[in-house]
Amino acid sequence: MSTETATYAPQPGSAPWRHKVLAHTRMEFRLLIRNGEQLLLALVIPLGLLLLLGATGLGNRLPLGEGRPIDDAVPRVLALAVLSSSFTSLAIATGFERRYGVIKRLGASPLSRGGLLAGKIGAVLIVQVIQFAVLIGTGFALGWKPVGGATAVVGVVLTVLCGTAAFASLGLLMAGVLRAEATLAAANLLYLLLLAGGAVMTPVDEYPEAMQGVVRLLPSAALASGLSNSTVEGIIPWAAALSLALWAGVLGYLVSRTFRWD
Amino acid sequence: MEIDNLVVRYGEKAAVDGLSLTVTGGTVTSVLGPNGAGKTTTVETCEGFRRPDSGKVRVLGLDPIADHDELMPRIGVMLQDGGAWSGVRALEMLKYVATLHSHPLDLDTLVDRLDLGTCGKTPYRRLSGGQKQRLSLALAIVGRPEIAFLDEPTTGLDPHGRREIWQLIRDLRDDGVTVVLTTHAMDEAEQLSDQVHVMSAGKLIASGTPDTLTEHGTKSLEDVYLALTAPPAREQR
Repeated sequence: MSTETATYAPQPGSAPWRHKVLAHTRMEFRLLIRNGEQLLLALVIPLGLLLLLGATGLGNRLPLGEGRPIDDAVPRVLALAVLSSSFTSLAIATGFERRYGVIKRLGASPLSRGGLLAGKIGAVLIVQVIQFAVLIGTGFALGWKPVGGATAVVGVVLTVLCGTAAFASLGLLMAGVLRAEATLAAANLLYLLLLAGGAVMTPVDEYPEAMQGVVRLLPSAALASGLSNSTVEGIIPWAAALSLALWAGVLGYLVSRTFRWD
Repeated sequence: MEIDNLVVRYGEKAAVDGLSLTVTGGTVTSVLGPNGAGKTTTVETCEGFRRPDSGKVRVLGLDPIADHDELMPRIGVMLQDGGAWSGVRALEMLKYVATLHSHPLDLDTLVDRLDLGTCGKTPYRRLSGGQKQRLSLALAIVGRPEIAFLDEPTTGLDPHGRREIWQLIRDLRDDGVTVVLTTHAMDEAEQLSDQVHVMSAGKLIASGTPDTLTEHGTKSLEDVYLALTAPPAREQR
């Protein structure tokens, strides 16, 4: 080691909020793209599913909706992508951050709780931009024809923002109250359950009548139907957005009550 | 830093039970005690991780819970273990934490001083115990804090490494940083401390300078500590 003496005279202070949030966003994003398991969830599974549904004829045999299979498949696969990035990946990453003491380290840094959450959401939104670019590009290549123009774009953005808020809150809640391994298991399990039974890939109307009332209330159903309504019918899905916003409000409140820095 | 009649409970058990002590600015203060004495709970309360059940804690005149966002930029915390993503590279982590502060230390100088250059690109999970310790210390002081809380700062270091860290802690103190040290290494506490507090069962059982506690060097601090914290003798039949 060097014997050179540095000066350690105290000069404490926090960097500007924007710098801290950008630094945290960059760090979360870098770590995420180094993690093969996270990439599998965020990109490989939705892309594989879209190719299966849109390019193999499988979409003709599954109850995706009433239109052309590719037109029904793209918004539903986009919903799955939002679910994986804003919920599953976020919950698992945050659970292990707590296990490794990263949350504690950041709790003793100038990054405030708001900065941490903003940085995390920033990283999720960057991932979603990449997911959407890849999936929408693939969708167009497979013949996807969305309707509604600018209205559809507004509908998609509104639904994605509300859905991200709801599912990110659910992920943070899970990571805040469960151990890392339990979060890993529960987040993957819930992802599969919602994929199979949460009206993500199949419209609510295709479920048994007795289940429809419950399934319709799930945030996954609101997310998928909101995206589907936006691009298949060309409308702004206010009801789905309101449902997701309510979920976000309730889950966000629970996160604020349960999130710990240690 | 002022702690006044602090009580912190975990369920029915009081981990800290009516503790009062003051840490003077610009000194090295060691908090000693057996495992379970309440050292970590006390320090974590000062860092804002634990909420007191009763009593008062003020760090730099601030309440660690109520004034959390104002206090955090002014303190540095060295965790005993962990505190970094498993896949993050050592230098990447240091740069990231430096970015959160307004006037961080010069990173090249700090990396050189703590001998982190050779492992700068190594993922955290592959660092040796000593490298993790040195990185953790770097993360605690990179923001030029007024108070540095150092938890077992030399665990896992070889004798040369320990001496280097000891000198760094002295340099911090000489430059005006208040250092609060929790350690089981009595030689470390004796060498570095201006003030020593010994805790047992959540209470303060002795305080003083190393010179006072060792009766002007006639005893070692370890002997004093062992006498103070000896378990009650078993009843003889």
